[in-house]
Amino acid sequence: MNVLWLQSGGCGGCTMSLLCAESPDVLATLEGGGVSLLWHPSLSEASGREAVAILESCIAGTTPLDVLCVEGALLRGPHGSGRFHVLAGTGQAMIDWVRALAARARHTVAVGTCAAFGGVTAAAYNPTDACGLQYDGNAAGGLLGAGYRSASGLPVINVAGCPTHPGWVLETLLALALDGIAAADLDALGRPRFYADQLVHHGCSRNEFYEFKASAEKASDLGCMMEHMGCKGTQAHADCNVRPWNGAGSCTSGGYPCISCTEPGFEEPGHPFFETPKVGGIPIGLPTDMPKAWFVALAALSKSATPKRVRTNATADHPVVTPVIRKTGLK
Amino acid sequence: MSRRVLGPFNRVEGDLELSLDTDDGVVSAARVNSPLYRGFEQILEGKVPADALVIVPRICGICSVSQSVAAATALADAMGVTPPPNGARATNLMLATENLADHLTHFYLFFMPDFARDAYAGAPWFASAEARFKAIRGAAAADVLPARAQFMHLLGTLAGKWPHTLSVQPGGSARAVSATERVRMVSLIRHFRAWLERHLFGDALEAISGIGSEAALWEWFDAKGPERGDFARFLGIARNLRLDRLGRCEGGERYLSHGNYVFEGERLFARGVWDGVSASLLDFAHEDVTEDVSHAWMAGEGACHPLSGFTQPDIARESGYSWCKAPRWRGEVVQCGALSRQVVDAHPLARDLVAAGGGNVFSRVVGRLLEIARVVPEMERWALAIEPGERFCTEAGVPDSAQGVGLIEAARGALGHWVVIRKGRIQRYQIIAPTTWNFSPRDERGTPGALEQALVGTPACESDEMPLAVQHVVRSFDPCMVCTVH
Repeated sequence: MNVLWLQSGGCGGCTMSLLCAESPDVLATLEGGGVSLLWHPSLSEASGREAVAILESCIAGTTPLDVLCVEGALLRGPHGSGRFHVLAGTGQAMIDWVRALAARARHTVAVGTCAAFGGVTAAAYNPTDACGLQYDGNAAGGLLGAGYRSASGLPVINVAGCPTHPGWVLETLLALALDGIAAADLDALGRPRFYADQLVHHGCSRNEFYEFKASAEKASDLGCMMEHMGCKGTQAHADCNVRPWNGAGSCTSGGYPCISCTEPGFEEPGHPFFETPKVGGIPIGLPTDMPKAWFVALAALSKSATPKRVRTNATADHPVVTPVIRKTGLK
Repeated sequence: MSRRVLGPFNRVEGDLELSLDTDDGVVSAARVNSPLYRGFEQILEGKVPADALVIVPRICGICSVSQSVAAATALADAMGVTPPPNGARATNLMLATENLADHLTHFYLFFMPDFARDAYAGAPWFASAEARFKAIRGAAAADVLPARAQFMHLLGTLAGKWPHTLSVQPGGSARAVSATERVRMVSLIRHFRAWLERHLFGDALEAISGIGSEAALWEWFDAKGPERGDFARFLGIARNLRLDRLGRCEGGERYLSHGNYVFEGERLFARGVWDGVSASLLDFAHEDVTEDVSHAWMAGEGACHPLSGFTQPDIARESGYSWCKAPRWRGEVVQCGALSRQVVDAHPLARDLVAAGGGNVFSRVVGRLLEIARVVPEMERWALAIEPGERFCTEAGVPDSAQGVGLIEAARGALGHWVVIRKGRIQRYQIIAPTTWNFSPRDERGTPGALEQALVGTPACESDEMPLAVQHVVRSFDPCMVCTVH
């Protein structure tokens, strides 16, 4: 399966994250899965005209383009010209290259939230008129249009995340190479369901603090970060706390709130990232599938039942009260 | 004279285009263009200061921790807060992990594969280079990727994930390390050291960092030859191709380092500018820095200090040929990177290499590998010194009005963030990244940037669209274009 990988208006972080793949490493995984890279800007030998020739050969149909991977937002500015990102050596805007290649691709994959929805490159007033391949923030459309389907009949596969986990990208590519991906394998935002049907909250190491609403108040506290620190783990779609990052981590175990980086528009939450917006002292961004009244009632109850250990540790940076040792034999 | 436009450059982080004038088979003038603009400085204006910690790492996926540390340092300066010792140790460990992983990625995946190209098929070292360094297929990639990924477990623990962490805070680190995690981190660092000593150096790290002159370097090489390890393979190729005569920036014999790895007010690597012409170390003060937009697609006139500078794209600017501004120190071109850091820090090998041939393709690569050998033992010391149970982060508020400067070293060199806060919001945010220094366009006096100068004199025959020597020069700087144009 031939994969062509282009980088547009992004930071290259999804590629860098990909290089952190383990057991086996990225190149071994791709080779084992029957995936060959026609060209990748960080990994391939070909430069200059040799590289452009590969792209032209795909557009001409001479080289079959099984998967077009695009990393980074598509920059339409200034004034629709695409001049904020010209593919070096070609004089042509990257958006024009991507349109031509997407018309040939059997599958088109957006690697990362920038390529999927616009991402942080589209933040504030979006100075470069950045968008995703098939979304402009929450709105379907983007560079290729809401009606775009690759030759396989699928819309753009949005492997969203900022950055993406190497496993999300590799498993998407391997699935395409081995069995294909059906429309039902993608969620309503075009994200592969194998990671998007979960919440960051699932498996969070702070779960006990969440249960008792024992909350962190400042950076480095151990408590739940939903109430005061802006954490969106109960709403964000991804398996970050089930699938470790860099062997050991996740955002919430790293001591900072989930900013919901797999969601369209995460870059402009409408409030400071480290603050939870509240109405009448109650966070407005409650878990999505829980009735608010129930949440408030349960939170009040669980707060009143919080063990001293959990309450004390929530505002410390290491456990200062340890679990009680109790004889557990039957009596 | 003929002119040609080269691109895309791959194995460069981001986008790069060169316009080269050649005469008699050598480059007579070069223009460096960063053909991508994203507008981070514009995006940051008006946000609450802490939001910079979310946004700036996303300038760059290859040195995101460096961007985080620069932002946290600028905010800490504005807030008047100092991280506790554990916070400083954790931050230094995160920064060092990223910097060394970058050096490793550069050497194995970005730089060495060029010596395995067919054009070198007749060289005596070619078979060995091809087996080891061929892009994607070489044996080295299969060795280095797992080693790098495992080394990055340090960031899994300290940073939650890499790239784009929020653990790095103005007051220290949001991630306290437990006693058992400290032990695991020491073990990871020692495992990485063992890999380096086995594959990269074929010798103890201390033996490498103890090499005190170019003559001693060649004695070390001659003792066992190129099969000792990948560093020795590079040395053999470098001697054969005379890479020390390639890529010297004659008009930029000034080597900048902001200094790095701060602990209790002291820097592990010194701050300053090494003047290669007078062979003397000059003080660096950020007040001496300006950015000029005369040859950028940017609005504005003259050269501004970053605290009064702004970023406003202007595609219609006729004299513009890049999205990159031109930073200058006391009005002069400087270069930065691992070699500069080692020269400013007075490492005898780095000083000797620069005295002999300046910054060139050879000395830049040696500078990077020397730095790996010097920093890993420091990382081990920082990790061992962590005191579980003591604080990692100091809490502090952001004043309504303040300004701050964050000067640190990313893998590629001097990174500076300047922030002005008014009414609790970011009024101005300016960033000068290492590749902005190295790959700057011309300034208002017409003086070319460091790479533009370093390319002059490089062999570039008419028949070769993408001359290999040009690629070696470009990649010897380890450019990061996404940082450059942010």
